[in-house]
Amino acid sequence: MTDSTPAVLEMAGIRKVFPGVTALDGVDFRLFPGEVHALMGENGAGKSTLIKVLTGVYDIDGGDVRLAGSPVRFAGPLQAQQAGISTVYQEVNLCANLSVAENIFIGREPRTLGRIRWGEMRKRARALLARLDLDLDVTAPLTSYSLAIQQMIAIARAVDIDARVLILDEPTSSLDAGEVEQLFQVVRRLKDDGVAILFVSHFLDQVYAIADRMTVLRNGRLIGEWRTAELPRMQLVTAMIGKELATLEEIEEQPRAAAAALERGEPVVEARGLGRRGAIEPFQLAIHAGEVVGLAGLLGSGRTELARLLFGADHADEGTLAVGGRPVTIRSPHAAMAHGIAFSSENRRTEGLVADLTVRENIVLALQAARGWTRPLPRRIQDELVAKYVAALQIRPADPELPVRTLSGGNQQKVLLARWLITEPKLLIVDEPTRGIDVGAKAEIQRLVAELAGGGMAVLFVSAELEEVLRLSHKIEVLRDRRLVEELDNTGGLDADRIMRTIAEGTSQ
Amino acid sequence: MTALGTTPATNKQAPPARNRVYRPKLRQLPVLATLALLIIMYVIGTANYRGFSDTQVVLNILVDNAFLLVVAAGMTFVILTGGIDLSVGAVVALTTTLAATLLDAGWPPAVVLPAMLLGGTLFGTGMGAVIHFFKIEPFIATLAGMFLARGLALLINRNSITITDGFWTSVAQQRIRFAPGVFISSSVVVALVVVLLGAYVLAYTRFGRTVYAIGGNADSALLMGLPVGRTRIGVYAVSGFCSALGGLLLSFYMLSGYSLHAQGLELDAIAAVVIGGVLLTGGSGYLFGTVLGVLVLGLIQTILTFQGTLSSWWTRIVVGALLFAFIVLQRLVTRRVR
Repeated sequence: MTDSTPAVLEMAGIRKVFPGVTALDGVDFRLFPGEVHALMGENGAGKSTLIKVLTGVYDIDGGDVRLAGSPVRFAGPLQAQQAGISTVYQEVNLCANLSVAENIFIGREPRTLGRIRWGEMRKRARALLARLDLDLDVTAPLTSYSLAIQQMIAIARAVDIDARVLILDEPTSSLDAGEVEQLFQVVRRLKDDGVAILFVSHFLDQVYAIADRMTVLRNGRLIGEWRTAELPRMQLVTAMIGKELATLEEIEEQPRAAAAALERGEPVVEARGLGRRGAIEPFQLAIHAGEVVGLAGLLGSGRTELARLLFGADHADEGTLAVGGRPVTIRSPHAAMAHGIAFSSENRRTEGLVADLTVRENIVLALQAARGWTRPLPRRIQDELVAKYVAALQIRPADPELPVRTLSGGNQQKVLLARWLITEPKLLIVDEPTRGIDVGAKAEIQRLVAELAGGGMAVLFVSAELEEVLRLSHKIEVLRDRRLVEELDNTGGLDADRIMRTIAEGTSQ
Repeated sequence: MTALGTTPATNKQAPPARNRVYRPKLRQLPVLATLALLIIMYVIGTANYRGFSDTQVVLNILVDNAFLLVVAAGMTFVILTGGIDLSVGAVVALTTTLAATLLDAGWPPAVVLPAMLLGGTLFGTGMGAVIHFFKIEPFIATLAGMFLARGLALLINRNSITITDGFWTSVAQQRIRFAPGVFISSSVVVALVVVLLGAYVLAYTRFGRTVYAIGGNADSALLMGLPVGRTRIGVYAVSGFCSALGGLLLSFYMLSGYSLHAQGLELDAIAAVVIGGVLLTGGSGYLFGTVLGVLVLGLIQTILTFQGTLSSWWTRIVVGALLFAFIVLQRLVTRRVR
């Protein structure tokens, strides 16, 4: 970890050009044995490109890579692995149908005369997992373990290749807090063994908890390298987004000012004793026009379940729902849309967007569905609408004919929002709109939500990030163990501590 | 190590019991279901028809279906990777036609036999290469292969060609007798050797395990540094080899080459594999299951023969119903696994 030991990996002046874009422009990066080095940057900063260069997926257009002092150039992931650079990806890249032991060793099984020695393989797998302090049944199929454990099995596979460099590319994005801590134990273990670890994550808390050093990239350029202890958070965020957090601070004030002015007339949507067994206990909830209602609670507390009930994605088995004062029965999302309720889902990739369709096609999808296929939307109107929302939401690149999969996460989220906004809903439900997107895009989406509410739309805002809920919402519904435990008005004195206390202890009265 | 000292409690993985459900049994469920079905069918057969319980009745199922067993074994490799090979029936027909024609022209069996096997393997390799390098759906690539092989066979000769070669006729009449009236043909021996060899390859070689890995998740397999391309081409080569071998066995059995032999055999092979519990999406199943699948198909035919009054098309109807039942069963099993 000290500068006196030579770096195991040195990248100097790395250049990578794609048609029309310079993804990396003279980037330097170094990695010392026994350190965790975080690579930071917004989406599109060049983190993924740098990692793909390092793992041999991309060839570079300039600069050089030195591993343990000697220049290297990899023709593919296999070569990089053989040179001692292993990668663990965001999604667990193992085979769910194979056993734990096989997932660790496949491709490198102990063999005699071509015959796999299964007993030996299981023994080695057990020993390796023991080194990482894991006690698993190595003959069990991978699917019998949680995602966190699967992620650690992936790490076990990676380090068994005598990895000198281990790349962890957002390994924590689908883990809960306890699982993250488990993973970090393993990472610290490896660090003590002298493995050089490159860590990428969107969660600043995690980066500060584990990283010894940070390198920040922005727009394909190196901004700087710091020791974690010498880089305050504010300075890190400034380095990453390159502008002062004006936008973030601006909206900070907005909802609270608005809250005072808000007149609560007839609620847009009101749930009375609405509930579904096994999903969410009966709850009362009223959302007024121009109001942002935040849902706060831990993973699995029933946030998404509540939202799905309002949208008709699941059926309530008790209680009533009133839209604009009139009781309604919503049996399907289609019916909810007819009542002016829109739902922007949490999984933008699997439930929201159609990756291969263009931005325009994705945006008009919901509106077309609402009209029915017998009344196609004229192309001219499509273009007008799409142009309006691409501009309003600042979707980039602003070309509506690009396939949506080519956009960054934040921009995909905006496309998803645009799709629902053109149906002009009375109530917009947004489930985790800012998950996995960078700080700048996050701020823009938050600003957008605040603006929409300012324009008279009712918004139900679901997010795992308390700060975000607190910043945007007029009132906050706190959920705990699939029960709505308390409604908190977001006026003055409310802070994250108070909400966390409610989440932890249930009703605070 | 300091980090370890701070929270030793969370360090150990929470007891596996929390996340564990015993699954291996669940994976074997389709095979066990097929075995149960086979036993029930056999019991029903023996209860209803005189002479059904003769050992030879069972052995005849093997004798009559040895070529199908070989073809289905090759198909198992392909389906385990999540692919499909529609060309097998056509390759069988092409092999019988070509072998009969060459023998008729006076080629020695010692040349014809290896030439057919090599030809089938190359044909399979070619399809595998097209699938891998041009990223063509296996369904489309092998459909093209099917038309190509069947067309070639028809081009060579539209009529049935009788095989009179001495070696062929002697092999055809070869019987391995266990007792008076209890025998198997040499084709059965060949088929069983193929099955044992195939099962060994799938369970104990890197190639075999890569087949399962590709069927489980091809993208992951690639990122894990496995030779995905080579293996994927390899399974089509195996299937091509097995089809050619199956064609040779059929030509021993029929003592003729005919371009219209083995019509719809690819569907029988796929049916046998699926009834044998191999997941059509790949990654799960055993060659032993395929053997059971072939036996089920053979037993249905035998029962209908014994019944005597039913049209042979009932075989198709029963196979169709069974196939449907097994696909639903697979869906239920995999849903529970996930």
